[in-house]
Amino acid sequence: MLRVENVTVRFGDTVALDEATLEVAEGEVVALLGPSGSGKSTLLRVVAGLERPDAGRVLLAGEDATGVPPHRRGIGVVFQDQALFQHRDVTGNIAFGLRMRGAPRAEIERRVRELLELVGLDGFEHRSLATLSGGERQRVALARALAPEPSVLLLDEPLGSLDRRLRDRLLDDLERLFDTLGVTVLSITHDLAEAFALGDRVAILREGRIVQTGTPDELWTRPASEEIARFLGLSNVRDGVVVRPESVRVVKDAGGDGVVEAAVRQGPTVKLVVRVGGGEVLEAAVTASDHPQPGDRVRVEIDPAGVVEVA
Amino acid sequence: MDEGRAALSTTAWRTLAYGLPLAFLALFFAFPLVAILERGLRSEGRSGSAVDVLTDPLTVDVVWFTVWQAAASTALTLALALPAAYVLGRYAFPGRALVRALVTVPFVLPTVVVALAFLAVLPESLERGRLAILVAHAFFNVAVVVRIVGTFWAGLDPRLSEAAATLGAGPWRSFREVTLPLLAPALAAAAALVFLFTFTSFGIVLILGGPSYSTIETEIYNEAVRIFDLHAAAVLALVQLAFVVAVVWVATRLEARLAVAGQALPEEDVLRPPRGWREKALVGGSLGGLALFLGLPLAVLVQRSLMVGDGYGFDAYRALAEPTGALLATPWEAVLNSLVYAAAATAIALTIGGLAAFAIAGAGEQETRRGRLVEALLTLPLGASAVMLGFGFVIAFDTAPIDFRSEPWIVPVVQALVAIPFVVRIVAPTLRAIDDRQREAAAVLGAPPGRVLREIDVPIAGRALGVAAGFAFAISLGEFGATVFLARPDSPTLPVAIFRFLGRPGELNTGRAYALAVILMIVVVLSVLLVEQARTRRSGWF
Repeated sequence: MLRVENVTVRFGDTVALDEATLEVAEGEVVALLGPSGSGKSTLLRVVAGLERPDAGRVLLAGEDATGVPPHRRGIGVVFQDQALFQHRDVTGNIAFGLRMRGAPRAEIERRVRELLELVGLDGFEHRSLATLSGGERQRVALARALAPEPSVLLLDEPLGSLDRRLRDRLLDDLERLFDTLGVTVLSITHDLAEAFALGDRVAILREGRIVQTGTPDELWTRPASEEIARFLGLSNVRDGVVVRPESVRVVKDAGGDGVVEAAVRQGPTVKLVVRVGGGEVLEAAVTASDHPQPGDRVRVEIDPAGVVEVA
Repeated sequence: MDEGRAALSTTAWRTLAYGLPLAFLALFFAFPLVAILERGLRSEGRSGSAVDVLTDPLTVDVVWFTVWQAAASTALTLALALPAAYVLGRYAFPGRALVRALVTVPFVLPTVVVALAFLAVLPESLERGRLAILVAHAFFNVAVVVRIVGTFWAGLDPRLSEAAATLGAGPWRSFREVTLPLLAPALAAAAALVFLFTFTSFGIVLILGGPSYSTIETEIYNEAVRIFDLHAAAVLALVQLAFVVAVVWVATRLEARLAVAGQALPEEDVLRPPRGWREKALVGGSLGGLALFLGLPLAVLVQRSLMVGDGYGFDAYRALAEPTGALLATPWEAVLNSLVYAAAATAIALTIGGLAAFAIAGAGEQETRRGRLVEALLTLPLGASAVMLGFGFVIAFDTAPIDFRSEPWIVPVVQALVAIPFVVRIVAPTLRAIDDRQREAAAVLGAPPGRVLREIDVPIAGRALGVAAGFAFAISLGEFGATVFLARPDSPTLPVAIFRFLGRPGELNTGRAYALAVILMIVVVLSVLLVEQARTRRSGWF
């Protein structure tokens, strides 16, 4: 459905995108994951037609769309911090794209109601934006982008400005929505959990290049490089070998050669930092509630299935 | 004991900060206004009662032309300024700050200089008449639109237009449906100001309108000075005041209705360099066109001041040292007079305006209403035209013990009155922007109130006061409408001298007028450039 081919964008001397290549199949949700400054927003802007690439092509449904202006691309965008039209009410925002298409009044009204229902804002038709909460504004932005039935939906840090509880709720809603609508989505984020939750596949962008693409499971089990492994939060990386924390077993043992240095609960698991043999530090993710405490002597066992060799 | 003295000095300070400006305004603004009211409504003049003056077909013509030319001038100004406002509101490019500074120059140029520049640049058949008035007004006011609208535009989120584009709106549709409604408050504010300025414009209409075109403002002057019908002049002044109040009221309502919630973004997040030949051509074209429109008349003015017969020379400048029949002083003495008057006016405007700004900004919670009232009162002279002030002085201060109207100090007082609103509007926002915690920190560290003021407020306001001083000086130098009523024949100011030379036949007199205009322009431009150097971001749109 969407194909980005060897796209390069330069701003003066800095290279924002360096021959980036990415594909999103029809109905697929791809999350583009990268730290800030990696070029994610530039990629999104190139796809939307808001930025012209210096080299490379953007294909939409197999056709070259590189030179097509944004208003003729039929791509929906949910902007970071929404970029809602403050001078119009909720309906005015959602109806905007429909009016641009010249849709008849009755259809616009029907579609606005339908979308409000879809994003869980029934009855919000004539509310002014100033009366909406952050989460509600995000839903309006989503409805506005979806209203003209775009061929591809782009989301720029869709949960960026929300607090944690709202994030989790909206994340669930987005997943369900994408499932029901079967819409083609490219969502960009710097947040690993968000990318893994939303994306059927996740593409990792670093310094303007797509360095690895795969399902969350593939990325987690087979990171392509030490750098990617570290970016995914895997800290047991050394000499081309990655040891995933869930495959490290820590057993209390007064005669063991490891010492627990820290124990931090992270939701259902506990992260244990263990110094082995007085030198190397290993991180383990354990589930037991009677886990070893800092200072305890332990023995460390590694499940070979959790050891990955990377380039 | 110490506390008591501190409280006492604070109270004394407050009283002074409110009292002095209010007393000044009561005597030199309210009183002359009342005099005009009294003269216009109570007595009958040569032209009959107030109603007779109002229903005179000539008055109706003058009022109609005043409204028409103000509306047309405003439309022309907007059309000429918007491309540059767009460029300044959207693009970062080298020299952007310089463009902002240069575009302000025409606004502070004396009206007499602008009028002469257009006399010089326009072909003879067009140099007097409606078109000349409109074009000169646009020249004068482009800065107002470029700065107000440009600054506002630079705070609009560019992603809104992008959002509109992704939803299928082409560039024109997106401008009409998104940018224009968001820009509306700034457009309304700028248009209202330009309308007010051109409605009460004096020097340009007087010089470029010739005998056949006059506005309420020039008609007040004609009635008062040439026909000597003070009653008719007073009635016209009241008509003008009514219009000004109505325009301000409508504009305030309109701006409130158009206002859109949402915060302006910092410029750094909005502006980006132009990319591609189209954007570069747009930036170059709009700014180049504007530079031509603003620069050409001034260049031709300089060229004309150097013309001698068919060649060039400094004859007109040399002739400035000789006494002439047009003035009771040599033109060089007029230059000197202007500088002295403007310096005195600046001192008065800074004292009164500065005190008022401290009072307005320093007003605590329960006093903000009083502060706002003082601010509104102090900005009123901006709406009451210069000619009204001059005329008001003439009829208010004509009998003992307040027969001030031929005292030399009355000229700087009236010039200061014109400059005070600008001083308040430049200094007050800077003072308001001082974080109160800085004052609290100073107090906690042991500084009593007077010391806090000296250590915190005054140094921070210093820069703003410098900016205000430059503006006050430039405004006073170029002030014409009020000064022409009050400057004594033996001590004319530059604009008055220029006007007198223009009314005299002969190439040398015209040459002297051009030469004096060039000198006036240079002094004003220098003081404005100094202002731009010291300009802070918080000093508003000036």
